[in-house]
Amino acid sequence: MNRLSPARIVLYVFSTLVLVYLILPVLIIVPISFSSARFLTFPPPSFSLRWYQQYFASSAWMQATQVTLTVAALTVLIATPFGVAAAYAISQSKLRIMRVIHMALLLPLVVPIIITAVGIFFVYAKVGLVATMLGLVLANVMLGLPYVVISVLAGLQSFDPAQEMVARSLGMNRLRSFFAVTLPQIKSSVVAGGIFAFISAMDETIVALFISGGQYQPLTKRMFTALRDEIDPTIAAISTLMTAASFMLVLLASARKKDG
Amino acid sequence: MLALVSPALLVILALIVLPVGWLAWQSIYHDGFTLENYRRVFTEDIYWRSFALTFEISLAVTLIALLLGYPVAYLANALPKGWSILILSLVVLPFWTSVLVRAYAWLVLLQRSGVINQFLRHLEWISEPLALVHNTFGTVVATVHILLPFMVLPLYATMQKIPSELMQAGASLGASPSLTFVRVFLPLSLPGVLAGCTMVFVLCLGFYITPELLGGGRTVMVSMLVSRNVELYNQFGAASAVAVVLLLSVLAIFVLVSRFISLDRVLGQK
Repeated sequence: MNRLSPARIVLYVFSTLVLVYLILPVLIIVPISFSSARFLTFPPPSFSLRWYQQYFASSAWMQATQVTLTVAALTVLIATPFGVAAAYAISQSKLRIMRVIHMALLLPLVVPIIITAVGIFFVYAKVGLVATMLGLVLANVMLGLPYVVISVLAGLQSFDPAQEMVARSLGMNRLRSFFAVTLPQIKSSVVAGGIFAFISAMDETIVALFISGGQYQPLTKRMFTALRDEIDPTIAAISTLMTAASFMLVLLASARKKDG
Repeated sequence: MLALVSPALLVILALIVLPVGWLAWQSIYHDGFTLENYRRVFTEDIYWRSFALTFEISLAVTLIALLLGYPVAYLANALPKGWSILILSLVVLPFWTSVLVRAYAWLVLLQRSGVINQFLRHLEWISEPLALVHNTFGTVVATVHILLPFMVLPLYATMQKIPSELMQAGASLGASPSLTFVRVFLPLSLPGVLAGCTMVFVLCLGFYITPELLGGGRTVMVSMLVSRNVELYNQFGAASAVAVVLLLSVLAIFVLVSRFISLDRVLGQK
């Protein structure tokens, strides 16, 4: 009724500007990554793939990429079963302590990441896990767990546990009934949780800054160190690839959620 | 059932509870019990200034995010479903982009030879490039950008639950749209405001990457104090004490807020 009142127009214009502010920085990297110029000029004088070539030709960047992908994949392989088992137990058990455990599993979201990073660094220094693959993977499993737990708990909320009871009354044991009845129905939240754990491990920077080193440095750590020194357009190419990967994974996760 | 949670719980205990406990211990014990580290944190100027600056920046970022986020959440709530999905997707899109990538993007936009300065010079609005980055301004712009989704999502979730009949009732009783907004809608959206502000403020307190890359060494936030004490000065006790004070501030805020709204509401969005 008051569709075009001045207040409405102000609201539309203001909100559009805020959305531009949110989106523009993410998009601006793409043209820059295809620029032919050695130094930053916008718009780019002409387009080229030189920064992508530079990235793929650099053994340091390639090694870092390999570390990142390996860490993220191993993180998913460990965090997903751990998180699913925990979420299942939390949703089924009536023990009071489960509430405390549930909160404990969300701690990585509450504790400021810099504190977690320094704390892990001190503990790793004691047990010799600094600059190791194992140390990097374990830290990312811890950071990724909340995403799996939250996603799977949400999936279990719309699942009727009576179905599992039926399977068990028909003679399946608990484990078999979980895999045959429950898991197929919460599959999409499990996959979504795993994808979020993957993205979290791929993007993680601060913990890696403290505990990674030598040949086991992920992309983000090398990017951070490079950014402190100069703004190399190679990083625009890497950023574009990372952003594209994240978006595709998020789309995949949300598409699966809709199916389930 | 306890057997099922134990792997996850073990990881959490070993990699966050133990490390944070270690920090706390290290902050009070060095060849004997000592409060020296805390004395330094609370009396030495550099620590004090950094904590004050961090709280100021966090407060500014929270207020700016509220100011920018409220209208967007309001519009997403008021528009038909297709539009609100579009708006919310645009809000969460940067959310899933690496914080590091976004810091890089802001460096590209804001630096002296950056996109914004080039644009303004092209229009001949300025003759000298503006100092937009490597200072507090750059830090705040990039931090608001990263934290804005944490404000919009809880606001939207709360606004969605406000029954539209209440607005109609207000209108039918003769109130103008702006009066209905101020007397009915705004008060009912306050739990969302509190949830969003808490999340943004608390996350901002612990920010590291943006002030480190965009602050230019002058905007020393608490998290940088922690990392410098570890990396540059080998002052592990001091770093631990700063970390403990930061953690206690965060927990105190959560406890305080939980008296007004459920914490699930605050954490549920992340």
